[in-house]
Amino acid sequence: MIEAVGLTKRYGKTLAVDNLSFSVPSGRVTGFLGPNGAGKSTTMRMILGLDTPTGGTALIDGKRYRDLQQPLRTVGALLDAKWVHPNRSARAHLQWLARSNRLPAKRVDEVLEIVGLTSVAGKRAGGFSLGMSQRLGIAAALLGDPQVLLFDEPVNGLDPEGILWIRKFMHRLAEEGRTVFVSSHLLSEMALTAQELVVIGRGKLISQSSTEDFVTQATENTVRVRSPQLAPLRSALGKLGVSIRDEGEALVVSGMDCADIGELAAREGVVLHELSPQRGSLEEAFMQLTGDSVEYHTEIAEPGVPATLTTAGK
Amino acid sequence: MTTLLATERIKLFTTRSPWWSIVAALGLTIGFAGLVALNHSEGRPLQVEHSQFGIQFGLVVVLVMAALAVTTEYRFSTIRATFQAVPNRSAVLVAKTAVVAVLAAVIGEIAAFGSWTVTRVIAGGPEMAIATGADVRMVAGVGLVYALAAVIAVAVGTLVRQSAGAISILLIWPLLVENLVQLIPGAGPHIHDWMPFVNAERFLNPPEFTTPPIGPWGSLAYLAGVAAALFAAAMVAVNRRDA
Amino acid sequence: MTLLAVERMKLFSTRSPWWCSLIALALTVGFGALMAGTANTETPLTVAATQFGYTFGLVVIMVMAALAITTEYRFGTIRATFLAVPNRGKALLAKTAVVAILAGVLGELAAFGSWGIGKLIKPASDLALNTPYEWRAVAGVGLVYAVAAVIAVAVGVLVRHSAGAIALLLVYVQLVENLVSLIPRIGNDIHRWMPFTMSAKFITGDPDVTLRNINEGPPLADAGLSPWPALLYFAGFAVVMMVIALAVANRRDA
Repeated sequence: MIEAVGLTKRYGKTLAVDNLSFSVPSGRVTGFLGPNGAGKSTTMRMILGLDTPTGGTALIDGKRYRDLQQPLRTVGALLDAKWVHPNRSARAHLQWLARSNRLPAKRVDEVLEIVGLTSVAGKRAGGFSLGMSQRLGIAAALLGDPQVLLFDEPVNGLDPEGILWIRKFMHRLAEEGRTVFVSSHLLSEMALTAQELVVIGRGKLISQSSTEDFVTQATENTVRVRSPQLAPLRSALGKLGVSIRDEGEALVVSGMDCADIGELAAREGVVLHELSPQRGSLEEAFMQLTGDSVEYHTEIAEPGVPATLTTAGK
Repeated sequence: MTTLLATERIKLFTTRSPWWSIVAALGLTIGFAGLVALNHSEGRPLQVEHSQFGIQFGLVVVLVMAALAVTTEYRFSTIRATFQAVPNRSAVLVAKTAVVAVLAAVIGEIAAFGSWTVTRVIAGGPEMAIATGADVRMVAGVGLVYALAAVIAVAVGTLVRQSAGAISILLIWPLLVENLVQLIPGAGPHIHDWMPFVNAERFLNPPEFTTPPIGPWGSLAYLAGVAAALFAAAMVAVNRRDA
Repeated sequence: MTLLAVERMKLFSTRSPWWCSLIALALTVGFGALMAGTANTETPLTVAATQFGYTFGLVVIMVMAALAITTEYRFGTIRATFLAVPNRGKALLAKTAVVAILAGVLGELAAFGSWGIGKLIKPASDLALNTPYEWRAVAGVGLVYAVAAVIAVAVGVLVRHSAGAIALLLVYVQLVENLVSLIPRIGNDIHRWMPFTMSAKFITGDPDVTLRNINEGPPLADAGLSPWPALLYFAGFAVVMMVIALAVANRRDA
């Protein structure tokens, strides 16, 4: 169980994390979702005692990280797979970590086996691919057989096989009753991995709910209606109190399905040219929710070749 | 080549280390000159050479800056981007060296004339005038020495490719090795005569101070020769090595 | 004890300490051999003269000690360290202790190696360790290296960048302390109280040999204290640096 209470981090004038409170239950995979730069990593670092919060606290099973005795036995974390000395072997890296928390040396071989790195354990970590580094990071997190696990963007840059492996792995850890807290900026990935979601944008909490609730809530289903007689249709729909959005020659109706709208049109004698259900994508929903909270907006170019790509060489 | 020079100039000045180096080099040299001038006793008027006591501070800063200009490219792998953009590696190295050397020379001139000015303002007498050819050499020559030192540092940085290693070599060599060799009984002083930074110092020394075997300008030429040899070695290495 | 073992494992599972140890020993003992080989009747080999190269070892040791901590920042392993051992003071002190012990051992090896090779090459010279001065000149090297390593680790913690820490340490030790004495009137008085002048005093200091030839050993240090208090002063400086470094590391985001 991880608990954040009023967590705040300020760097000079920027408020990276703003009065953030949430809790991460055990026995489930909890996703920590937000666009890049939303403050996910900073929050995780504060939970782990690496960064000192400007305000608020983060507790793990009721204790601050820096008060834990032999913390690797309570919490395992993978924040950055590259936090390994490149000239140290994978085994040597795990050995010093194990020793620091008085874990038996044979545990090193066990975790190497779990993540499938036994055959390259003696190789220098600097030569590892991203996927292998990620596995080494997970091995380090598992060393103390901890009940609480934190992963920061663990699937970033992995191939599909690696992504699938990590996803299954997290489910297994949660099924064993552990607390699994995993951050990502990809909603589609989280929809498959996490059962609970903590969503933040610009350092602020946007929602905490089950993934299912978040998805149904976030993705509204609409129906697009095109007709040469929009005015009578609009007034008829208006009487029913559903929300309507104008889109040129069409209306986008939410809160009513195709069948009901078709029957209504028939009763009113309105000719329809199109009646089609629209399903919002998860990404759109996520964008909608966190829309004003993305730190750096990109201008999406007009159709055709973006101007910036054609100026070179002129 | 002008494009390459501009590229290297942009690369150098868009990172922080050259700015730090400029501030450190000028602050240390001119600041030290100020300290010397403020504390001089009335009985002994300061000469031109006394204003240049701190010049070695700037020299080591230039060595570090010039080495970092290359080693950070290796550290952050931007060297690959550089060679991708300009496959002619010799041209890249020449351009980078030129830009760093010119900056070093400018730092040197500002440091030397700045030190001289500060000393003159605080404690200047008639002895502080730059009157003789030797006086000109002692002050204006600093830029030349800094530029050649920068070439040596870029070459060593290119050969070693690691900040820590390159800086250690570049600082331990002039500050320690060149001094200690003269202790070797018999051959020591003769080896000492042919050490590159000893020659740099001799070029900047007042005439009455040392009697170098080859004279001040000979010393400078010798330093330039060492720089050229190291630069050639770096050139060969860069072209033969995988980036 | 556990933490000491951890830091020992960390230090020796990378390459730079091995390289630095090798270079430190090769330079000091090699220079000792050079001095012994070229000694003649005009400049006879003395105990002090075998130790000319100790500054080589000193600077290499300081580079190694600084790298031991700056590479942790460079590769992010400092965060792994602080995750495993959240008490940062303990973790950093353990590292400092391990590095200082290694430095001390290397210092003794370098000093007695240089002395031994002198004996080997010039068996006829008078290299017996009789006076306290001669003992300090040889056996004292390890103590100086150990304290210097503490200073280097502290600077490494404060600066966090290899290049910056190394440049600062080398320029300070080899340049600043020397150039200071060029300042008229006050320069010499400042110089007498600078930490590495004190460490040199411990190695080369009087009262035993005051009028010796320049070729008979590393230059005499003009320090404000006699040898043993000078070492204490040097150690005190290291402690102050370390306390500042620990305070900063505790307050800073890792």
